[in-house]
Amino acid sequence: MLTLENLAHAYGRKTVLGDISLRLDPGQIGCLLGPSGCGKTTALRLIAGFEQPDKGTICLQDVCVAGPGIALPAEKRRVGLVFQDYALFPHLNVGDNIGFGLGHLTPTERQKRVAEMLGLVGLAGEARAWPHQLSGGQQQRVALARALAPRPRLLLLDEPFSNLDVDLRERLSLEVRDILKHEGITALLVTHDQHEAFAMADAVGVMNEGRIQQWDTPYNLYHRPRNRFVADFIGQGVLLPGTVRGSHKVEIELGLLEGVSPAECDGDSCLVYGEGAAVEVLIRPDDIQHDDDSPLLAEVERRAFRGAEFVYTLKLASGTRLLALVPSHHNHAIGERIGIRLAVDHVVAFRA
Amino acid sequence: MTFKAASWLTALAIALITAIPVAVVLLSLLHPDQAVWDHLWQYVLPELLVNTFWLVLGVGLGVSLLGVSLAWLTAACDYPGRRFFSWALLLPLALPAYVTAFVWLGLFDFTGTFTTFLRNHWGIAQVPQVRSRAGVILVMTLALYPYVYLTARAAFQGQGRRLMEAAQSLGQGRMRAFFSVALPMARPGIMAGLMLALMETLADFGTVAVFNYNTFTTAIYKSWFSLFSLPAAGQLASFLAFFVFVAVLLEQQLRARRSYAASAKSASSSPRIGLRGIPAGLAVFWSSLIFLIAFALPFWQILDWSASVFETDFDARYIEFAWRSLLLAGLGALLVAALALALGYAQRLARTTAMNVTARLATIGYALPGAVLAVGIYIPVAWLDNQLIDTFALDGQVLGGTLLVMLLAYCARFLAVSHGPIESGLGRIGRSIDEAALSLGVTGAKRLWRVHLPMLRVPLLTALALTFVDIMKELPITLMTRPFGWDTLAVRVFEMTSEGEWERAALPAAAIAIVGLLPVVYLIRKTDAHA
Repeated sequence: MLTLENLAHAYGRKTVLGDISLRLDPGQIGCLLGPSGCGKTTALRLIAGFEQPDKGTICLQDVCVAGPGIALPAEKRRVGLVFQDYALFPHLNVGDNIGFGLGHLTPTERQKRVAEMLGLVGLAGEARAWPHQLSGGQQQRVALARALAPRPRLLLLDEPFSNLDVDLRERLSLEVRDILKHEGITALLVTHDQHEAFAMADAVGVMNEGRIQQWDTPYNLYHRPRNRFVADFIGQGVLLPGTVRGSHKVEIELGLLEGVSPAECDGDSCLVYGEGAAVEVLIRPDDIQHDDDSPLLAEVERRAFRGAEFVYTLKLASGTRLLALVPSHHNHAIGERIGIRLAVDHVVAFRA
Repeated sequence: MTFKAASWLTALAIALITAIPVAVVLLSLLHPDQAVWDHLWQYVLPELLVNTFWLVLGVGLGVSLLGVSLAWLTAACDYPGRRFFSWALLLPLALPAYVTAFVWLGLFDFTGTFTTFLRNHWGIAQVPQVRSRAGVILVMTLALYPYVYLTARAAFQGQGRRLMEAAQSLGQGRMRAFFSVALPMARPGIMAGLMLALMETLADFGTVAVFNYNTFTTAIYKSWFSLFSLPAAGQLASFLAFFVFVAVLLEQQLRARRSYAASAKSASSSPRIGLRGIPAGLAVFWSSLIFLIAFALPFWQILDWSASVFETDFDARYIEFAWRSLLLAGLGALLVAALALALGYAQRLARTTAMNVTARLATIGYALPGAVLAVGIYIPVAWLDNQLIDTFALDGQVLGGTLLVMLLAYCARFLAVSHGPIESGLGRIGRSIDEAALSLGVTGAKRLWRVHLPMLRVPLLTALALTFVDIMKELPITLMTRPFGWDTLAVRVFEMTSEGEWERAALPAAAIAIVGLLPVVYLIRKTDAHA
């Protein structure tokens, strides 16, 4: 549906996008996730047609819209956009905003389509309201309806939930996902918020410094990060030094880890680094379990209360620090020593 | 041709309306006519230079003193009537300087109302001569101090009172803290207002003409219309343009440095210095005095005089003057606002240095005295006329002396007035609005019509109103480029004052002043909004 091939772009001498490629299948929701300045917004603007790429091609369905010698103007691409600030036209009411891109329809057809879209986003009866009378979440849905009304081939969403309250953000992202799936829309979302990305997208590309570091499912990004950047950017965790002991075994301070398919150990075996090679192992907070019977003791150095659980920063006798996610009825004071146990399903190790 | 390319070309064409007269005037500085120069050097320039020097110095000191003192009082202190004075002291902006000027002459001339009163009732025969250098300086100061008042007030308000309190806690008295902290911090703002006032001083024609005080603008007028020497007018215009460009460059330097006053801002709602007893009395006296002599007295006087001549002078001819003023101001405002919109829109479509330079050039006319622009427009028009007459064997000028030339001159002079609100209006419309329209398939002229114009309604109305009033008040361009016999209200004021007929000048002046109140009220509301 959407294919990007070796897309690159620079503003002046500053390269913001260096060689990115990706594919979205019809009906798939993709996401570009990364810190600010990673090039994700530029990618979006290139696909929308607001900028022309320096290198590479952009194809929608079987038609290439940008590439060497090709530059279909934005207004002809049939790519819908939901903007970060919604960009609703303040001088038009909700109905006229949604009908803005339907100039090719007759007034009756337009009205019908507008009503249909209002129903789809759950705002039936609000056609006469003015944008400034709506709440942030409602404006967001109007923006979505406006973008979907002309039946775009692809929908782009630029940080669509960043202006909303945290709890509304989560609810609305699931709602929007349902609408897009219901309509079979192919969509690409750009965000710096991993919760948003995970709630919305089927596939996520983690971006840094103008490149896609890993294009994968949310589950794999968390559990099988391909490099240190992804490991660090997605979720919490620490890297502990270890030594390779056989094809699926790594020894660390806390004991011998036996897991499957360590990510950066190309292929299935950590032996690519060689027996006895020095590596660093990713330990997530949920890999550490609190166990009063465990002989392994650690001192509580800091604690952050999260409601259902605590995130404890623990210090081992050797001085090594770990994060542990512990149900919040285990209330331990700072300085207390608690028993912990490793529960690692799969080992992620990077060459030290 | 794409819409974007078309808008680029339009922007260039608009810039030419200003660039051509500026170039014509400046080129005549490079190609002096020896005979003309000799005459000017020997008989004209010495007086003009001396007069201009004293005028600029006197008005500069005067507006600084009035503007800064009143701004400080209303922005940082509290005394009875402060709220009223803080907006009322802007009202003199509604009166063109040439109106204040003739009212003062009418009051204080030997036969004037006030002088006669003193003579008859108290037997005072000797009053200081108003028609003098000091008189011009005083009148211009009273008319132009609001520029400094506005910018200085904004600067003082931005500082809040915390820094003054810091100075006081470090052992400086209130007065010393004002001179050591508040004033230096407000200096960039004060200087910016001062430069505006001085540019207006250099551009002024009506006031100095009423006072028979020879400056460049009156000399340009005289060499053109009394000596019929367009080259001499051109030489003088180039001289004046040179001074103005120096002022513009200074102003831009200062504007670039103005930021440090803003960066040091603290809570603007900080408490004021409450004045009591004698200081409060002095503050009230000073504010009322300036308000009375700069606005209330002249305004009341023109209304009073108007009433006295209303029966005889409010006739078909007066209606004709008014109609011409309205027509010119209306047409001019529409044209100028349309060009300003085209320029602002072209800037939005192409954010390049070249476009910024073009826009800057197009709007520089506001700094140029009307007399200079009139000459700069008339010389090429006269040349074009001669070409047309030679080519087609015509027997009279085609373009010269038509409304078209006047309107072009207004465009060059007032484009900046319209451009300001439109540019900031466009600036408030986010990029994403443009892109939203684009992604929905609406672009080019259609997008301007369906999205931007409706969103620009308020800025456009502002631009129209401001330009309308400015054209209505405008004197030198109207006087020098109008079709033969085409008198407007402003021209009528000028002609009646030249003949010393103060009462009869008051009737058209009243109309101008009342219309002129509109933008001042707008300005007051705008400054009050963020006060």
